[in-house]
Amino acid sequence: MSIVSLSVAAYLVAALLFVLALAGLSRHESARRGNGFGIAGMAVAVAATVLLALDDGVDALGAVLVVVAVVLGGAIGLRLAARVQMTGMPELIALLHSFVGLAAVLVGWNGYLHVEAHPGGAAAAGLDALGLLGVHSAEVFVGVFVGGVTVTGSVVANLKLSARIRSAPLVLPGKNLINLGALVAFAVLTVWFTVAPQLWLLVAVTVLALALGWHLVASIGGGDMPVVVSMLNSYSGWAAAASGFLLDNDLLIIVGALVGSSGAYLSYVMCTAMNRSFLSVIAGGFGIEAPQSGEGPAGEHRETTAEAVADLLANASSVVIAPGYGMAVAQAQHPVAQLDARLRARGVQVRYAIHPVAGRLPGT
Amino acid sequence: MAATPGAGLRGPRAPGRRRPAGRPARPPQPGAVVGVAAAVLLLLAAIAPPQLQVNLTVFALAIVIGYYVIGHVHHALHTPLMSVTNAISGIIVVGALLQVGQSPAITVVASVAVLLASVNVVGGFAVTRRMLAMFTRS
Repeated sequence: MSIVSLSVAAYLVAALLFVLALAGLSRHESARRGNGFGIAGMAVAVAATVLLALDDGVDALGAVLVVVAVVLGGAIGLRLAARVQMTGMPELIALLHSFVGLAAVLVGWNGYLHVEAHPGGAAAAGLDALGLLGVHSAEVFVGVFVGGVTVTGSVVANLKLSARIRSAPLVLPGKNLINLGALVAFAVLTVWFTVAPQLWLLVAVTVLALALGWHLVASIGGGDMPVVVSMLNSYSGWAAAASGFLLDNDLLIIVGALVGSSGAYLSYVMCTAMNRSFLSVIAGGFGIEAPQSGEGPAGEHRETTAEAVADLLANASSVVIAPGYGMAVAQAQHPVAQLDARLRARGVQVRYAIHPVAGRLPGT
Repeated sequence: MAATPGAGLRGPRAPGRRRPAGRPARPPQPGAVVGVAAAVLLLLAAIAPPQLQVNLTVFALAIVIGYYVIGHVHHALHTPLMSVTNAISGIIVVGALLQVGQSPAITVVASVAVLLASVNVVGGFAVTRRMLAMFTRS
């Protein structure tokens, strides 16, 4: 049993633990256990990789930088998670997505620096012998592209959710053509890079991906952000899978595909719950525009006071409560529960009307 | 609680605008979709070098598993699920760790990637734990 075979076995165990993590999160009873499985899977995966790296022989610079990076990154992550308000969850998740996207872009660039930047070098020659050089170039390109789209898309989602930019969709003339054109350009550049890998092509696709990510999410209205965040989650999974292809690492491929596929399906489920077309949302409002939320309200505007509401409730025989963002911000869920109990004690029928994606991402 | 009965959940539709697509287009025949997908996949895998074929196999199976494993997720768990899949996508840290030591420049870039991914992993699992702690039955 060698270190390499041990680490491959550990990767298999880690992958299965991640599957259990996702399965656990599907039901309330097993949710916390699922989170535990996820942590265990990540620990096993990282330990196996560190073992592999040590076995390979690691230089002082690498060891120091990695330890600093892990400790610093972990501390920042803990701090962010501990301090975020519940209503600030969605923008934090969006921000974290951008980190994964950026990491995938950097891994892709490293792949280029290791292989394509040295056409006569050992790594390139090795891949060429297996007939994999062109494939490697394509994988680098795809990883950088998907990662880049995730980066700017997630940053824009974060800004929209934290209300730092307008939540109304940006509707550029010919926006569908812009998106399609970007995809066509990506395909052309990929083929070109596979045939003749050059640095400027990689720079071009990075810029293209960043621009497309920004445009895609900026064109989506604030109300669709839950689906967008889930879709960006999926994109970051595909970016990780692409990195797995270029590094020939099955764990990255499996986990990236798990995340990508589950994220995409979750977005689809949320779209059908909102009775909106999945394609129209993920393609940046392709063809169909999101409902404008900035125009003046239709219908009557009626103001009320606490006393008037209490009066209404006391005399009602049936009450329907529609909880919303206001209740979350006011932390009013406990008084509402008490109100519910008191109304029921008086024989009033109390029901709740819950929007299909209410509470999906508090704050939207 | 809603106090303005007139406004709809998503705001009004401007008069004269086409009804937004709540009605899905007629779906293509499932047999045709499977047939086309199978043909494309067959072609792709057939011309691929052996290493890529193994990777593609693993990739395809993992996609299917991902779909089925969260097939029946409870609505209330959508957000924690998004948070945990976000944390799991920090697996990119493994890729970055493998690249450390290939050259000084690559090591520096990879370390930055490790830092970013570590923030994601630790922060993501911690946030999920916080969310799940709110789901206690009283």
